[in-house]
Amino acid sequence: MKGSAARATCLGLALTVVGTLAACGGSSDSSWSTATSAASNGGMSALITAAKAEGQLNVIALPLNWANYGTIIKDFSAKYGIKVNQANPQGSSQDEVNAVNSEKGTSKAPDVLDIGMAVAWANTSLFAPYEVSEWSDIPADQKDAGGLWYQDYGGYMSIGYDSSKYTVTSMADLLTPAFKSAVALNGDPTEANAALNGVMLASLANGGSVSNIGPGVSFFKQLNAAGNFVPVTATAATIDNGTTPVVFDWDYLNSASVVNLPSWKVFVPSNAILGGYYAQAITKTAPHPAAARLWEEYLYSAAGQNLWLQGGARPVEMTAMQANGTLNQTYAAALPAVSGSPVTLDQSQASSAASYLASNWSAAVGS
Amino acid sequence: MVNRRRSRRLAAFKTVVYVVLGLFFLLPIAAMVEFATRGVGISSPRSLTAFTSIGSDPELVDAITASLELAAITSVGMLALLLPTMIWIRLRVPQMVRPVELVCLTPLTIPAIVLVVGFAPIYNWIEINVSDSILMLAFAYLILVLPYCYRALDAGLSAVDLRTLSEAARSLGASWGTVIWRIIVPNMSSAVSNACLLCVAVVLGEFTVANLLNFENLQVAISILGTGNARDSIALAVLSLVFVFFFLLVLSFLGRALSRRRGGAAKA
Amino acid sequence: MTAVPVTKAAYVRRPLGGRLRVSTAWLGAAPFLVYTGLFLFLPTVLVAVGAFSGPHGPTLANLAQLSQPYVVSAFLNSLVLSAVSASIGAVVGAVLAYTVASGSPDGILRRLVTAFCGVLSQFGGVTLAFAFIATIGTEGFIVIWLQQHGITFYPNGVWLFSLTGLTLIYTYFEIPLMVIVFMPALDGIRPQWREATETLGGGTWHYWRHVAGPLLMPAFLGAWLLLFANAFSAYATAAALLDIGGIIVPLQISRALSSEVGLDQANFAAALALGMVVIVAIITVLYARLQRRSARWLPR
Repeated sequence: MKGSAARATCLGLALTVVGTLAACGGSSDSSWSTATSAASNGGMSALITAAKAEGQLNVIALPLNWANYGTIIKDFSAKYGIKVNQANPQGSSQDEVNAVNSEKGTSKAPDVLDIGMAVAWANTSLFAPYEVSEWSDIPADQKDAGGLWYQDYGGYMSIGYDSSKYTVTSMADLLTPAFKSAVALNGDPTEANAALNGVMLASLANGGSVSNIGPGVSFFKQLNAAGNFVPVTATAATIDNGTTPVVFDWDYLNSASVVNLPSWKVFVPSNAILGGYYAQAITKTAPHPAAARLWEEYLYSAAGQNLWLQGGARPVEMTAMQANGTLNQTYAAALPAVSGSPVTLDQSQASSAASYLASNWSAAVGS
Repeated sequence: MVNRRRSRRLAAFKTVVYVVLGLFFLLPIAAMVEFATRGVGISSPRSLTAFTSIGSDPELVDAITASLELAAITSVGMLALLLPTMIWIRLRVPQMVRPVELVCLTPLTIPAIVLVVGFAPIYNWIEINVSDSILMLAFAYLILVLPYCYRALDAGLSAVDLRTLSEAARSLGASWGTVIWRIIVPNMSSAVSNACLLCVAVVLGEFTVANLLNFENLQVAISILGTGNARDSIALAVLSLVFVFFFLLVLSFLGRALSRRRGGAAKA
Repeated sequence: MTAVPVTKAAYVRRPLGGRLRVSTAWLGAAPFLVYTGLFLFLPTVLVAVGAFSGPHGPTLANLAQLSQPYVVSAFLNSLVLSAVSASIGAVVGAVLAYTVASGSPDGILRRLVTAFCGVLSQFGGVTLAFAFIATIGTEGFIVIWLQQHGITFYPNGVWLFSLTGLTLIYTYFEIPLMVIVFMPALDGIRPQWREATETLGGGTWHYWRHVAGPLLMPAFLGAWLLLFANAFSAYATAAALLDIGGIIVPLQISRALSSEVGLDQANFAAALALGMVVIVAIITVLYARLQRRSARWLPR
C-alpha cells in the first residue's frame, strides 16, 4: 500500500505543481489533493496549517439563508482566517457540477459541493474520496462506502403557511376555496429537487407512493383547477409580501421564513413523511484541496452540525450526537414535530418521478 | 393660428404620454421601495435598515469597481470595433451590411445560459493562460452589447448622408480617421451617446454570464448579499437601479461637455 | 475615392487595381470579423456541435426531439410572446421617443428620460417579476388599494401569472429599449421636411403617412427586430414567475442545462438554442426583404 500511496503522492505533486503555476492565491501543499483523511497526511494540525497557507475556499450555490449557511461561512472564515469565495448563490446542484467541468484547471473552480442525491449519484467520477474524522458517526446508508460523497443535512417535506391567514391541518384543506391563489412550490419540479419532492409529498398524502408520483400531479391539477395554485416560485420576498402564503418546501427552508414573518408555521402531514438529504463532496480538481478538506472537517464536527441544526435542518450525525451528548438540545427542540416512519426516494424512484413529471407537469398546471 | 393649435395639441399629447408612461414605469419601483421599507411583523414601523445593509459587505465595493471598469473598457472597445466597421462597410462593401447586421443580432438570439456554454471553454483557456482577472469579461461583454449598440448606431447612420460627407472630406484631403471622428461622429452624436449608454447599462446590469463563469460583478455581488434576507435583496436591487441611473445621467452631461470642447459640426 | 461596384469586367480591365481594391475593402472589416469570429462564431460552433452530439458520437436525435409536441408548443408560445411584446414595445416606445425627441435636445427632461430608459432596458429577472408581483400581484399594493375602494382587480383569475402577464412584464424593458435605439432616427428628422409638406398643402396625417413615416420605417423595423430577439431569449423573468414547466423555449433550455432531478441534457439544450438561432435568422431574412422594399428610394 505504501508504494502505491507514494506513487500517487508523486503524481498528485506533479499535477498540483502544474496547477499551482497557473493558479493565483496561496501555495498549496500538494499531498492534500489526494489525501483520503486528515490522519493519513499529518493530522488535523497539519491540515489546518496547509489550509491557512492556501488562504481561500471556493464554494458554490450556497444561499446564505439556506440551512444557516450564512452563519456557517462567517464562522469558518473567522475561525481559520480563510476567505470563502461564493459563486452562483441561486444555482442548482447540476449548475455546481457544470461549474466543476467548465472551470477545471482555473483558480475559481469549486472546491466543495453541496448537492442533491440525484446529481451526486450521477457524478461520482468528479469527486475525491475523503473520510472526515467523525466518519463512523455517519450512518452507513448515508454515505458512499468509498468516501466519494457523504450526506450532510436533511429534513422533511413540509407545508409552510401564514398562520395569521390560514390554518392547515391536512393536505386536503388546501383544496378548499379558502386557499384561493395561495399555494406555491419552491421552483419547477422538472428542474428543482425541492419542488419535485413537494409534488411527491402530495402524492404520498393522496394514495401514491415513492414509486408513483401520479396522484401528486393530479392533486396539483385539482389545485390549479380550483384556482388555488400560484405558479410563482416561492422566495423569501414572495412569502414576505403575501403572494405565496402557503409553500411546499423542506422544513428547514420553511423554518427560515419565521424570521421575517413571525406568524409562519410549518406543518408535516402525519400520513406522508418524505425525507430528503443533501450530500457533500470534495472535487478531484479542487484548487484549494487542504481548505476543502478542512471545510468538511469543520462541517462534520459538532460545531458545524449544530449550526445546521440551528438552521432547522437535521444533521446527518444527529443520532450519534444525541447519544454522546453533543447535540444542542435547544435547537433540536425547535424542529417541527414528526411522528411516524419517513420514506426517502432512491435513485431509480427519483428518476422515474422526474420522467413522469417531464411528460405530465406542464399539462396539469399549465392552463 | 394653425401652429399655435398644433403646439397646444402637441403639449397636451406630451403630457398624457409622460403621465401614463411615467406611472407605468414608476409604480413597480415604488412597490419595491414600499416592500423594502416595511418593518418586520404586521404593525411595525417602516424603516430604512434594508437599505443600509449595503454597507455590510466590503466585497461589494470591489464588485462595483470591477463593473465600472468593465463598463468603460467595453464602451471604448465597442466604439473602436463597431463604428469604423459600420461606416466602412456602408461605404465600401455594401453587400456585407446585411450579414454584419445578422452577426450583430446573433448574441441576442442565443439565451445567455447557452452562450456561456460556448464561452466556458474559451474562458477556461483565457483564465489559465492569460489572466483570471474579472476584466477578462470584457471580451464576452463586447459581444453581448453588439446587438444593442449596432442598432443604436445604425439608426444614427441612417440619418447621415455618409457618401456625400465622406467623399467631400476625402476630396479635401482628410484621412479616414478624421472623416470618422471629426466629420461623421459629430453628426450622429446622439446615436453614439445612446450606444455608449446602452453599453454601460448592459454591463452594469449583466448577471447571467458573470454568474455562470464564477466572476463576481456588481449584480452577482448583489445576488449573493440578497440571499440573506428578502427586504435586503429588494433594497439592493433598488439601490443598484438608482446608482446606474445617476451614473448614466452624469455620463450624459459629460458627453455634452466633450462634444462642445471638440467643437463638433452643428447638426444640420 | 468613390466606391465602384467591382464587376468581373472591371477586374479584367484593371486586374491589379481591381484586386487590390476588393481586398482592401474587405480588410477594413477584418478586426470586426476576427473578433466576432473568435468570441461569437467559435462559441456558436461549440454550441452547434453540442446539438449534434450524443453519448455515442454524432447524432440527429437531439434535433429529432425538437419535433415533440411540447417543444413545438414552446416555440409557438415564445414566438407569440416575443412578437406581441416587441410590437407593443415598438409602438409605445416610438411614441415616447417622439415625445422626448420633440423637446429640447439638451434639456434636462430628455437626459432624465434617456438615463431612466437606459437603466430600465436592462432591468429584468427575479427582481422585475417581484416588482410586478408587488404592484399588481394578488397582494400587490394597487390591487389592495382598489379592493379598499370596492374594485376587484382579478375577477376572472390572476392573469399576471400567465403568458399574458409575462407579455406585460416584458414590455417594461422593451419600451425603454425602443426609446434608446429609435431616438437617434427621430433626431435625424429635419424640420424642413415638415415645412416642405405644409408648403405643399399637406397636414399632420399627410406628413406622417407619406414623409416621416416611410423615412423612419427602416429604423423602426430594425428596432422591432432587436426587441423581438431580446424578448425571445429572455428567461430569468419567466423562470421566476411561472414554474409550470417549460412553456417557452428558454425555460426548456434552462431545464435541459440545470435540472437537478436528472432531466438535464446539455445537448438537447444546444439543439433548442440552434432552433432559436434558425428562427431568428428566418425572421431577419424576412425583415431584410421588408427593409429593401421600404428603403428602396432612400439615398443609400
